[in-house]
Amino acid sequence: MILIYLIVILLAGAFLAWITGKRNSALPRIISLVALLSDLIIIIIYVLQSTPSDKDWLIDIKLEWIPQFGISLHLALDGLSLVMLILTFFLGIISVIISWKEIGSKVGFFHFNLLLILAGITGVFLSLDLFLFYFFWELMLVPMYFLIGIWGHENRTAASNKFFLYTQASGLLMFIAIITLYFIHGRSTGLYTFDYLQLLGTEMPSSTAFLIMLGFLAAFLVKLPVVPLHNWLPDAHTEAPTAGSLILAALLLKTGAYGLLRFIVPLFPSASVSFAPFGMLLGVIGILYGAKLAFAQTDLKRLVAYTSVSHMGFVILGVFSFNEIAYQGVVIQMIAHGISTGALFILVGQLYERIHTRDITKMGGLWEKAPVMGAIGLVFSMASLGLPGLGNFIAELLILIGAFKANILMSCLASLGLIAATIYSLRIVQKVFLGNKNTDWKMNDLTLREKAISASLVIAILWLGLFPQPVLNTAKPALLKTLLKQKEITFQNSAYNSGDPFLFLLPPSQPSPTGEGVVQNLFPLGGNKKGGKNHEDEIFSLSNIR
Amino acid sequence: MTYKDFLCLTPFLIIATAPVVIMIVISLLRNYNVVYGFSVLSLIAAFISIFFILPSVPHTIEPLFIIDVYSLFFLGIIIISALLVALLSYDYIKQLEGVREEYYIVLFTSTLGAALLAVANHFVLFFLGIETLSISLYILIAFQRSKSNSIEAGIKYLILASVSSAFLLFGMALIYTALGTMHFTEIVTAIAAAGQLSPLVLSGFGMMMVGIGFKLALVPFHMWTPDVYQGAPAPVSAYVATVSKGAVMAILIRFFFNLHGFDNHYLFIAISGIAILSMFVGNILAIRQKNIKRLLGYSSIANMGYLIIILLTGSNRGIQASIFYLISYIFTTVGAFGVITLLSTNEHEAEKIEDFKGLFWKRPWIAIVFTLSLLSLAGIPLTAGFIAKFYVIFEGMKAGLMVLIISLIINSVIGLYYYLRIITALFSTTSDIKLPELSLSGNITLAIVGISILVLGVYPGWLIDIIVKYVSL
Repeated sequence: MILIYLIVILLAGAFLAWITGKRNSALPRIISLVALLSDLIIIIIYVLQSTPSDKDWLIDIKLEWIPQFGISLHLALDGLSLVMLILTFFLGIISVIISWKEIGSKVGFFHFNLLLILAGITGVFLSLDLFLFYFFWELMLVPMYFLIGIWGHENRTAASNKFFLYTQASGLLMFIAIITLYFIHGRSTGLYTFDYLQLLGTEMPSSTAFLIMLGFLAAFLVKLPVVPLHNWLPDAHTEAPTAGSLILAALLLKTGAYGLLRFIVPLFPSASVSFAPFGMLLGVIGILYGAKLAFAQTDLKRLVAYTSVSHMGFVILGVFSFNEIAYQGVVIQMIAHGISTGALFILVGQLYERIHTRDITKMGGLWEKAPVMGAIGLVFSMASLGLPGLGNFIAELLILIGAFKANILMSCLASLGLIAATIYSLRIVQKVFLGNKNTDWKMNDLTLREKAISASLVIAILWLGLFPQPVLNTAKPALLKTLLKQKEITFQNSAYNSGDPFLFLLPPSQPSPTGEGVVQNLFPLGGNKKGGKNHEDEIFSLSNIR
Repeated sequence: MTYKDFLCLTPFLIIATAPVVIMIVISLLRNYNVVYGFSVLSLIAAFISIFFILPSVPHTIEPLFIIDVYSLFFLGIIIISALLVALLSYDYIKQLEGVREEYYIVLFTSTLGAALLAVANHFVLFFLGIETLSISLYILIAFQRSKSNSIEAGIKYLILASVSSAFLLFGMALIYTALGTMHFTEIVTAIAAAGQLSPLVLSGFGMMMVGIGFKLALVPFHMWTPDVYQGAPAPVSAYVATVSKGAVMAILIRFFFNLHGFDNHYLFIAISGIAILSMFVGNILAIRQKNIKRLLGYSSIANMGYLIIILLTGSNRGIQASIFYLISYIFTTVGAFGVITLLSTNEHEAEKIEDFKGLFWKRPWIAIVFTLSLLSLAGIPLTAGFIAKFYVIFEGMKAGLMVLIISLIINSVIGLYYYLRIITALFSTTSDIKLPELSLSGNITLAIVGISILVLGVYPGWLIDIIVKYVSL
């Protein structure tokens, strides 16, 4: 039930905030803060109390919703969703605090939307029913649309419409794919259900699987975003209020990455392998093209937005590398990017509040006026370029190592992205905080509230850079589970094809092309604990490279 | 006529008696509130009477009527929509100059016509019902006699509806010539005996499709829709969109499914073509509209396009989906037109998008209902429209109608674009609109509609349960 409470608290908070907002503008902020804090506390208490277990799902709850279609309210928590939830609530709290001064009008409705988005995101990270997943996926959309459309900057209407249409169109493709999958599974087994666990391992012709996967991919790649589909992102980020940009960059994009890990890889093991070269290519294009565009921007917020495109390229590169080390990198990248890019957006917001422009040609030399702000900006620019000691370094390094094992060329090309990142990140520091004063702004340094926000983000990114092991340990079982399902089915389907990308991971034994039983003996999985351990040893794990 | 026959006709008797009583009341004492109260109560009574006849169905009254659960369901839908429209009309009609009480008389006669369509088992009753409905609609549409728009719409509807009725009648005549019967069941047997559709019968169906297509505003018989929706009083537009279309849909589904029309190659192609055309034309033409009533008119064309996909599924599940879709569509449409109705005054019809600018900050509850209705039309989760669209997509995909479903998806995105335009206006922060005071009756209607949209969107299981349990053909 704890999972349902998490969502219900946010929803209740949303409505309360809205109702009270009409009389008092402080109450909605306090209510939102309380709701998010209690969610965070609930989840942290849970983490502290729970003992490590071998179960696939730490918490698993299933209630009936629309039984006629086999739709259930199936929520479950594993390490991956746990990590993402903590990030969601943490950044949720931050986004309430940064809006404290920025949002002055329609406070109640603002926090209603904010909490509703967070409820949708929480739902996305927890759903194990594909219909429910789509429901939450869409639920994030409408309040985000309002957030951009009402509290945004000058071109907010166009930006919010673009955002809505892109995500809705791609979401509908996913919806069709979900229903097709439902029918294929129902026809072959007689069990018509949207339940994720049941749909795993649905047997279908590879061409069908590929088509269905493309439907899912459409939704996730637009959200991520991947380069030809990234058009909505700079506009939406730029026009959104700071809290909106923060949530977009730090959380909404992550739902795409989460979708890739949770749905694409386990549901379509062999199809995703055949897509892998394209996926990695898209990742590399995203990394380089995003970095190039980021460098070319003069609008600071747009610049930061394009760095997201570049950083998310690493995520897709890692996802399609199909090995544990890359996946660990992906998880760290999701969190590190959430924190570092979020922090940069907050910085842009703070600058905008003071000097009412986002044009970097008008900035310069701001370090003298606001040294603390400059220092914070420096830290997160360094994070963005991947300085060792900060979270992004760990993430990108792990992803590159993982990708190197899967595809050397792509990995090499992707590593050029680090240089590109250095260029655009240093440009931020140079043009904004150092260099000549282009305009003599009157501005004050960060207030106590802003310092507190920035400090907490700096601590988070440092912690992630210096001691990422707790996060890795938490997410590891979930990642292994994803990879195991992937390999299990790939091996059964295309056992020992020479083109199999996992061949090098196999234990050195005699491959036998005959029965499945032999294959499974070679590669023991699932309930067989001993086998599972063996397997973990086979795969490169973080401890090995250390 | 036996006692059971009478019992089964109770709702019709109530609906038929009510206008007579109203006429007598008007001649004795012209009081708007009395007439209004009586109308609402009669409709409620008619609705409740449905539950009393439930145990005695299915029952046929030869040769004209067939009263089964399917028809009772549609009867319920028709009466509920008429009731919602009546509730909405209170202020709008009250402030008109001259006679106003007659509005409710005509509302009843048209509802009677619509209700007859739900139970028709014979061409005679089919035509009788559709004519009763149409003739009453001429009057309703042109009810604001002082406005040229309204008269224009009325005349347009009169001429086109007459032409379409002629087509319908001619089609029936052709089928009668070929098969020698006008009874649905006997037509089905005759066709089954013949083994295939003769060209005469097929052209008869074609003619009938024109007549029905006109009533449902399917492309290419849709030309009247935007003008009539714009010119008619707002509650009447809601009525045309819900009651009239629901009733025609009822008979279309019954006729088409009894006949196994989906098995016929030509009919299949024709219906698919009409469906795809309706979706695209309706949605694309809606994009440029600045007048919300016209926009909703075009959107209703597209929505009917989505709905007739169901005809081709050829299964009871399909019929069940169509009923769910209609129910959600009715609440949604009444919600949208309801907001327009409540914000309109005699001097100023709130129909331009600018008239709704910033509504949310002035009248949040109304704007929320409007937003919910629009999101429901667009098929966004949390609203009834989402589940309805899902249901249609679901059944369509089950029947393998991929082309139709894909065009539905494409059109959902196109549709979203113009719904978003209105929503953006609703939440716009600059506004200088003037709003009339709202009445209790209007508020209650909107509350019912808004809550229904949400409930059906979040927890639709119970309704689907009822539909699946009882409705089949």
